[in-house]
Amino acid sequence: MVMVNRLPHSIQALILRNFIDLMSATTSSSFFKLPLSLIGVIKPLFFCFLLLPSLLISYAIIFDPLMLGANPAEAILHHTGDWVIYSLLLTLAVTPVRRVTKWNDAIKLRRMLGLFSFYYVSLHFLTYLGFDRLFDLSDMAREIAKRPFILVGFLAFLLMIPLAVTSTRGWVLRIGGKTWARLHKLIYAIAVLGIVHYWWLVKRDIFWPLLLGLVLAVLLVCRLFLFLRSAPRQRGARASS
Amino acid sequence: MTYTFGPKISSSEITPREIYLSRRHFMGSALATGAALAASSALSATSPVALSFSQNAIPKPSDTVTDRALATTYNNFYEFGTSKSDPARNAGKFTIKPWTVEIGGEVAKPKIVGIEELFKFDLEERIYRLRCVEAWSMVIPWIGFPLSKLLAQVEPTSKARYVKFTTASKPDEMPGLSYRVLDWPYTEGLRLDEAMHPLTLLTLGMYGEVLPNQNGAPVRIVVPWKYGFKSAKSIVRIDLVTDEPKTAWNSAAPNEYGFNSNVNPAVDHPRWSQKRERRLPGFFANHDTELFNGYGEQVASLYSGIDLAKFY
Repeated sequence: MVMVNRLPHSIQALILRNFIDLMSATTSSSFFKLPLSLIGVIKPLFFCFLLLPSLLISYAIIFDPLMLGANPAEAILHHTGDWVIYSLLLTLAVTPVRRVTKWNDAIKLRRMLGLFSFYYVSLHFLTYLGFDRLFDLSDMAREIAKRPFILVGFLAFLLMIPLAVTSTRGWVLRIGGKTWARLHKLIYAIAVLGIVHYWWLVKRDIFWPLLLGLVLAVLLVCRLFLFLRSAPRQRGARASS
Repeated sequence: MTYTFGPKISSSEITPREIYLSRRHFMGSALATGAALAASSALSATSPVALSFSQNAIPKPSDTVTDRALATTYNNFYEFGTSKSDPARNAGKFTIKPWTVEIGGEVAKPKIVGIEELFKFDLEERIYRLRCVEAWSMVIPWIGFPLSKLLAQVEPTSKARYVKFTTASKPDEMPGLSYRVLDWPYTEGLRLDEAMHPLTLLTLGMYGEVLPNQNGAPVRIVVPWKYGFKSAKSIVRIDLVTDEPKTAWNSAAPNEYGFNSNVNPAVDHPRWSQKRERRLPGFFANHDTELFNGYGEQVASLYSGIDLAKFY
């Protein structure tokens, strides 16, 4: 405060006021309470966990592509594709986990998880467009038309765009909760298309698409079960989940 | 797709081209060393063993040779697992000693050849492009001798029209065999005239040394104008037969993997284009694929009058 005393009174007042504001802000609700809640811990953890693969890939591209093996482009394509499916499955797991554990805060993870799947599908698409199709859009269009597995993957990517765009609170209000919920049911179709895309592209070894497909099936059956268990009159109300 | 971050290849493992070339030069000058000596030492050690060979290599591509570390860590060898990094990881305990190759079928003089005998042939280095059906490619310095020299010894009869190769099947040492992705043992085949072609190499080594297990030790075939899967690895049987043999990939998916499987940019795999390839370890698939993998001058005559789109 010695230095502050040498400043003109008006500026002293300004600094003090800001100092007090800052103190009150840090000691009040948001700053201290948030990290103590479970969601406040879990959400940043998920964020870092889901960001990490893309950071590792970026590091490898810039400094040491051979970290990714002899075929770095293929490795990037496969890793980003894997993480689209993982994050989609995590997104779909939110509601069942919330219902079973009664941990309602879980819902606060859903948008972030969904946006991560869009993040990875964008990287996946760009990898394909760049490394495989050399940024030639007409070449890509011909390939999509000719190859069912690429068409299916591309379709899933297109369907994810409106979901990413309308992921904000503003859009929920703009189009209404019911419409929003109905639109976001597209995620079921997207996840199924994603698994089909993976299944059709493997040469012979269907182990991983089969396993991930089973996880998806379990999650979808969970939902069906939850839906059927809820009383018919509640179904409308629960449609947003 | 297991979540490993690829086989880690440290930069120290990559042999600089100058050193690699000087090593070949050194070995070329060491030709005086008896081939028999090389053969016996080749089998007595598990670490890479240098081979003696001549370098009248035909044809040498102008392409840059792929680093050994890449060619030995990125392999399709499903007997050791379906991931590209599995063979390098799992082939270590594969025993290649003793090893014999049984040659039979429509031949006048069937025989069982010990691997030592194969190492006594005049070995030569062939730098070939390797084009995988998955649209990636490498350039590999193989060491071996024309298969025709071995086939001549058994005297194929007039009924012999095809050659069938059978790969080793040792469930204890090949973890991939427990998983029936293909009909084991792996089999491949060639027409007799393809098998007798001077470019078809019975291969015992690569990069100046005996074959690493993951690349098909101790003996494999290399047919440079066909997709890689046609080049059977770790061969235990060679049969001369009258009818087109059943082969592993062709049986698994006949619409995707033809018996001929000549490299051809005009005939797509049903699920991807074969027009271009990714020359590893490059990122971009910007290398134009050539008909017969660029060996048309030598082999196109084998297919005159044949509809390559129909008999893919």
